[in-house]
Amino acid sequence: MLTTKQLQFSYTRNQVMNFPDFNLQKGEHWLLLGQSGSGKTTLLHLLGGLLSPTSGSIQIGNTELGQLRASALDQFRGKNIGIVFQKSHFVRALTVGENLALAQQLAGLKPNRERIIELLERLNIGDKLRLKPDRLSIGEQQRAAIARALINQAPIILADEPTSALDDHNATEVINLLEEQAKAQGSTLLVVTHDKRLKDRFPNQIAL
Amino acid sequence: MTLLNLSWKNLSNKPLTMLLSLVLFALGVGLISFLLLINHQINEKFEKNLAGIDLVIGAKGSPLQLILSSMYHIDAPTGNIPIKGVMPYLNPKNPFIKAAIPLSLGDSYRGYRIVGTTANFLELYEAKVQTGRSFKAVMEVLAGATAAQELGLKVGSTFQSSHGLIEDDNLVHEGHAFKVVGIMKPTGASIDQLLLTPAQSIWEVHEHAGMGAAPAVEETEEAEHEHADEEHAAEDSIAENHAESTEQVNQIALTNQEEDHQNDDEAPHDQAEEHRLKSILEYPDKEITALLLQFNGHNITTLNLQRMINQNTSMQAATPAIEITRLYSLMGVGQDALRWLAFIIMGVSGLSIFISLFSSLRDRRYELALMRTMGASPGKLFAMIIMEGLLLAVFGYIIGLLISHGGMELLAGEMKAAYRYTFTGRTFLVEEGYLLLGALAVGFVAAVIPAIQARNTDISETLAEG
Repeated sequence: MLTTKQLQFSYTRNQVMNFPDFNLQKGEHWLLLGQSGSGKTTLLHLLGGLLSPTSGSIQIGNTELGQLRASALDQFRGKNIGIVFQKSHFVRALTVGENLALAQQLAGLKPNRERIIELLERLNIGDKLRLKPDRLSIGEQQRAAIARALINQAPIILADEPTSALDDHNATEVINLLEEQAKAQGSTLLVVTHDKRLKDRFPNQIAL
Repeated sequence: MTLLNLSWKNLSNKPLTMLLSLVLFALGVGLISFLLLINHQINEKFEKNLAGIDLVIGAKGSPLQLILSSMYHIDAPTGNIPIKGVMPYLNPKNPFIKAAIPLSLGDSYRGYRIVGTTANFLELYEAKVQTGRSFKAVMEVLAGATAAQELGLKVGSTFQSSHGLIEDDNLVHEGHAFKVVGIMKPTGASIDQLLLTPAQSIWEVHEHAGMGAAPAVEETEEAEHEHADEEHAAEDSIAENHAESTEQVNQIALTNQEEDHQNDDEAPHDQAEEHRLKSILEYPDKEITALLLQFNGHNITTLNLQRMINQNTSMQAATPAIEITRLYSLMGVGQDALRWLAFIIMGVSGLSIFISLFSSLRDRRYELALMRTMGASPGKLFAMIIMEGLLLAVFGYIIGLLISHGGMELLAGEMKAAYRYTFTGRTFLVEEGYLLLGALAVGFVAAVIPAIQARNTDISETLAEG
């Protein structure tokens, strides 16, 4: 489902980052562990098509990311890759519900109100549909961010330090939700973190 | 959610910032639109009132004043000229003159000007009688549409004029009643504001009041001549004069009745009227205020006429087109200043849109990167920001037009009281369509740099900063 080969990236000429090859199967849950500065976020951005590798290839399903043109890549990302970020950001002018509808639309799908409501209920924030994101608590915001990553039933979910800003209780809850929901829709989940609390939860691990 | 919707939500999320941009934009647009409106309507009035008049002859003074008072009826007349002096131009056989219309000005009824003239004054403005008929006898009045409506005059109404052009109870010419015999259709020209009467009526009213005009009825002309020469008669003689003139009016009224009773069929009736209302050529010693001339084509004679009159006579001749152009250039200075002010405000409002979009982008950098990860193309972000600029421009434009047209409607009342001209805010001009294009251009230009920035957002870098 997600395969990388000889992936290389360099911000500057003399500092080249090499990434290990890996191959994630459909529905698998993986943890990518690494210290700060080891290039975790860079790798995640490469996988999400937010950065282009200097060399090497990334294949998602049957698609070679490097072969997509700019706007096709944007569309592909919107449809096939859901990303949860360390800090949850939203389009602040829109309500939680509108943010999710926007995610559907930008991916080229039709906004589906039932799907939005159902997903928010599953994540226990069904009552926040009409609130602006900044009215939510941090834990609720992170859940809303997960909802946004899941809304298009993307086959790949990438999560960048989803728990590092949260306390133990919220961290457990968020990672539980991520795993549950990814499983429920059969998505491949890759969590990138240096959070030691998550270490024992994932049997599949990649170290940087 | 459409792009438009999204742009609107982004704007309305910061209502105060939006308000500032909108107010500035609306002010600029409003001012320009107001100038367009007022310019257009003033021009329209001036054009209509030009009525193909080539030359105006009147008493010496400011030529602009002569034109304004005799053609637009918005300034005081320059004075009177003797008919003797303009006889050649009044002669219908003069090959160079197409039309010559005498005007006697200076009296009014409740602020509306009474104009002593001849029947061809109507032809000049292509005015038509709506109800009743045109004046055919002394003291008969044909009222302009607006004047009749505002004064509540109907066919058969009578009123007394007052001396001067403003309403003043102390200057009423008592004892001389004008009778309305007809009302004109609205023309949109200044004739709508006027009360027309034969020139003889004005002489009739003033004859005994010592205003320097000789009596209208021929038989008494010799007798009254002394009075006419005494320019400012003593107070005590006025009472006596009133008595006499009242008598005269009564005589005329009597004649009217007699004739009305006697002549049931048309032809003799007209003959009688012709007898009553002689050509003003027969009153060489009387005075008029101005003479409007239309030439039969332009040639050396007509070209020289103005210079000849100005150099060789105690009268002056003025060309309406030249004076109006001069007036425009005088008003133009103030208008130019206002127009520049409006453009500066537009510029500042464009700048304010630019600054507010630009600074909002700093706050929204992460948002924009996020939208990219959700599948938005760079072009979409560009379009979204441009749309925000255009939205501000369109709303600013709408508010601006509301301000200018609303303001025009409010001002119309005051302007009407001051100039007797009707203005309206309920018309829209083609130029305002161009103004919309201009407004959109300002909105676009203000948004284009922020939009390029949004398009070039580096997703990875922005997201990594958190």
